[in-house]
Amino acid sequence: MRELIKMVVVLTVLSAFSGGLLASLRNGTKDKIEYQQLKFVKGPAILDIFKGATNNPLVDRFKLKDGNVERSFFVGKLNGKTDTVAFESYGKGFGGDIGLMVGVNLDTNKIIGVGVTTLSETPGVGSRAKTDPGFVAQFKGHPLEETFKVKADGGQVDALSGATVTSRGVAAGLTDAGLIYKRLKPELEKKLKNFSTKAVKTKKGEKNG
Amino acid sequence: MAKSITQEFVKGLWEEIPPFRLVLGLCPTLAVTKTIQDGIGMGVATTFVLVCSNVLVSAMRNIIPSKVRIAAFIIIIATFVTVVELLMQAFTYPLFLSLGIFIPLIVVNCIVLGRAEAFASKNAVMHSLADGMGIGTGFTLALAALGAVREVFGSGTFWGTPVFGPSFHPFSFMIQAPGAFVCLGLMLCIMNLVGKK
Repeated sequence: MRELIKMVVVLTVLSAFSGGLLASLRNGTKDKIEYQQLKFVKGPAILDIFKGATNNPLVDRFKLKDGNVERSFFVGKLNGKTDTVAFESYGKGFGGDIGLMVGVNLDTNKIIGVGVTTLSETPGVGSRAKTDPGFVAQFKGHPLEETFKVKADGGQVDALSGATVTSRGVAAGLTDAGLIYKRLKPELEKKLKNFSTKAVKTKKGEKNG
Repeated sequence: MAKSITQEFVKGLWEEIPPFRLVLGLCPTLAVTKTIQDGIGMGVATTFVLVCSNVLVSAMRNIIPSKVRIAAFIIIIATFVTVVELLMQAFTYPLFLSLGIFIPLIVVNCIVLGRAEAFASKNAVMHSLADGMGIGTGFTLALAALGAVREVFGSGTFWGTPVFGPSFHPFSFMIQAPGAFVCLGLMLCIMNLVGKK
C-alpha cells in the first residue's frame, strides 16, 4: 500500500512539474515562434507580393475577427500609399489544403499578387502551383470579387496541365479570399487609415528625435 | 564506480560511440544525415536531452519507485524533448523545418532511454553528467561524419558550399535511404577493422 501511494505521488509530482515547465516555456516562446513561422513559411510569399514596399509587411500586421476565426492581415506601403493588404486563404487541393497569400489593393479591389504558402500536392505535378511563377502571375490585375474557375469549368483560370484538381483548389481558394475580402472590407479600410496616420506620426517622431 | 568522471566521458567518444559500437539510435542516424548541418543539429539536440535527462534521472534515482521507473524516465525525457522542440522553433526555425518529425522522435531514441536505464539510474550525478556528455558528443560526431560523407558525395557540397568543380555530377544515391545504409555499413566496417588492431 505504501509503495502504491509512493508511485502515485512521484508520478503525479513529476507530471505536474513537467506540465508547468512546458506551459511557461510555451508562453515565453509563443511570439517568437509565430514570427519565425511568418518569416520562413509565409514570409517569402508576402515579400514577393509587396515587392518594392518601403515598410516591412511582416511587422506591420494586424488581426481581424471574421466570424469565429481570427485572420492576420499584412500591410504593404507601395508608392507612398498604404492601400494594399495581403491575407491567407485556403483551397482544397489534390493532397490537402493549399494555402494562398493574396495581396489586394483596397482602392481598385484588384489583386496585386498571389503566392502559394503551403501545399502538399504531387511533387512535379501539382507542386508547380508553387514553383512555376507563371501560374500565380496570371491572377495579377483581376478584380478579387470575381468568382474564379478554371477554363475547363467555363472560367478564366489557365490550369496547370495535368494538375486540374490543384488548379481548381487554387481557384476555389481565391474565390474564398474574395468572400473574406467582401465581408471585411469596411473594417480593413478603417484599419488602414490608422496605419497611414501612424506611419506619419512615427516619421515626425524620428525627425524630432 | 570504478571509473573516473573523465573515463566516463571518453568512453562515449570511441569505446561506446552510439551508432557504431552500441548500434543504437539508427533511425535518426539514417534519416537526418543528408547534410552535415542536419547531422550536427540533431546530435546537439539529442545531447541536450541526454545530458538533462541523465542528470535528473540520476538525481531522482532513490526517489523513483522501481516499478514505475520507465514511466518516470519517459516523462522526464519527453519534457526535455519538448523543451528542445520549442527552443528550436523559436531560434533555429530552418533547422527545425529540415529535421521535422525527428525532433519529437528523440523521445523514443534508444540511446536516451538506454542511458537513463542502464547508467543514470545506478550512478552518481556527476558520473551521469559525464556519461551523457560523452555519449552525446560521440553521437554528434558520428552523425557529423556520416552527414559529411553523404553531403560531399550526394550533393557535392560541404556545409552548403560546393567542393567540386561545376562538372561534378552528384551521386544522388548517397542522399537517399539506401545510400544511408551503405554508408553506415562501410563506416561500421572501417570502425571494426581499426578497432581490431
